[in-house]
Amino acid sequence: MSTTKAVPPGADHRDADAPDGPREQTAAPDGPREQSAAPDGPREQAAAPDGPREQAAASQGWQFNSPLVLVMLLLVLVVAQGPIRRALSAPVMQSWMTVFVAVVCQALPFLVLGVLLSAVIAVFVPPAFFARALPKRPALAVPVAGMAGAVLPGCECASVPVAGALVRRGVTPAAALAFLLSAPAINPIVLTATAVAFPRNPEMVLARFVASLLVACVMGWLWQRLGRADWMRPPARPSHEGLGKGAAFWDSVRHDVMHAGGFLVIGAMAAATLKAVVPATWLHAAAANPVVAILALAVLAVLLSICSEADAFVVSSLTQFSLTARLAFLVVGPMIDLKLFAMQAGTFGRGFALRFAPATFALAILGSVLVGTVLL
Amino acid sequence: MNRQAQAAVLFLVGAAVLHAGLTDLYLRYVKAGLRPLLLAAGVVLIMAAVATVWYERRGRGEAGDGHGHVHREPRVAWLLVLPLLALILVSPPALGSYSAMHAGTALQAPLAYPSLPATDPLPLGVVDYAGRAAYDRGRTLAHRRVEVTGFVALAEDGTPYLVRMALNCCAADAQPVKIGLTGHIPPVLQPDTWLQVTGTYTAKQTKDPVNDGRIPFLDVTAAKPVPTPHDPYDESWNN
Repeated sequence: MSTTKAVPPGADHRDADAPDGPREQTAAPDGPREQSAAPDGPREQAAAPDGPREQAAASQGWQFNSPLVLVMLLLVLVVAQGPIRRALSAPVMQSWMTVFVAVVCQALPFLVLGVLLSAVIAVFVPPAFFARALPKRPALAVPVAGMAGAVLPGCECASVPVAGALVRRGVTPAAALAFLLSAPAINPIVLTATAVAFPRNPEMVLARFVASLLVACVMGWLWQRLGRADWMRPPARPSHEGLGKGAAFWDSVRHDVMHAGGFLVIGAMAAATLKAVVPATWLHAAAANPVVAILALAVLAVLLSICSEADAFVVSSLTQFSLTARLAFLVVGPMIDLKLFAMQAGTFGRGFALRFAPATFALAILGSVLVGTVLL
Repeated sequence: MNRQAQAAVLFLVGAAVLHAGLTDLYLRYVKAGLRPLLLAAGVVLIMAAVATVWYERRGRGEAGDGHGHVHREPRVAWLLVLPLLALILVSPPALGSYSAMHAGTALQAPLAYPSLPATDPLPLGVVDYAGRAAYDRGRTLAHRRVEVTGFVALAEDGTPYLVRMALNCCAADAQPVKIGLTGHIPPVLQPDTWLQVTGTYTAKQTKDPVNDGRIPFLDVTAAKPVPTPHDPYDESWNN
């Protein structure tokens, strides 16, 4: 048993695991073994199938019977629900909880949609399909993938798992990233919502489409030129070889929901904290200066983490801000926000997210200022 | 977290989402239109839980089973328990006066002022009344008794407001629309109580200290407490 971790999983982990039946009993003594596995970091990163490796490695020492922990946790919370409710009855806590639950509830259906699509891509679409569908040259594949974002109906939660599945299926990362950035902003649902939210400024729809597509493509090309493969942890996962299609499909769904869902919760907590705590008067002060206004709304888009289907309605009411500043909000929000950052870090690795997110943020502001100057 | 625990969490989250979608609970957090998607998501999550358990059991005896705890999910998956607990144990209420007074009124000039039916008193939404009163100088409201339902929020100086949160997608984007109350206001007003207020148009207006938005007033003739409506938010904006 103690060698399980050191063996490259691709080769024979399945056999190694076969005698695992009574997993719960063997799990507890596993602690030391798991810790000792930590040193073979590089190989782990290449072969290990999931998770932010740093986190997973840190958690290896913490393995006991998780169903038992879950049951205990639920029991304790049910027993202690009176005091917990009292502690949570302050208005600021209630408002925090409402927004937190709301963000999760709102994002979950789209996350599930994205996870299902990603499982379909991972299991039922052969890699050869993407090789044929996308131009051979990455420089051309980027805009094609960016335009393809227009067909994914939904918000940004759906695009992260789908982009992860695309990379695993051999699509050039640059093209997958262009898709990741453009899909939540330029699909018909979002554009329609934008048109409804800005009835007096139909040019806003065009500006949003152009600016988002532009930034997505530039980010793709930038990644192709400057990006290094080792920045992006290959989003590997349990190999589905040897599994039936059904088993592989549901395995992918389970893995993605647990994984992306966890990061979604982190993002929802951050967004709820900001919504409940930050006073809106700050915004009012920021609107006075045109440059500060653009930066303020761009930062706000990151912090609020509003679904891209709803962000146009929120920002359209911020009438004290210029149209260009509001365009920056609409371009930045679907590309990078707190929950997206958490989900990207989970899917592609923290090293990737730390480089990708600031670059996206800066380019998105630049792109919206450019397009805003021309179109608005 | 191993497979069994994951299946349990998937199942519980799916069941909680289904529960919220099948009752009116979901209306506290998201727009009504999201219901079919929520129900579908709940069903998929439960199916994923069942499939996980099923393949786990079936695969046990065979070497063909994929993975044991070589790939456990990272600890972050445990966080999925939090929204589950929040939804099932706490079920936080819809956003109320605290959020309303922390955000500026989201009232915008309406596109048109369609003529109103002749009923008396005339039931009007908070957004509808506020739009007509603030941006049309009450032209369509002259000599009409209107009936408006919303919750009470008190400004720092004690001015009572009747508020409805307008929602586009979920509570994270909910924004208040406020009407100031004047005239025969009930002597004791508790924030967050829902009131059905009958009154007439008054030209009095004020500016929201948060964003300088216009807040029209309503001259109250009668007010009675009402239970929280089915859908606590005003969703007229996204339809």
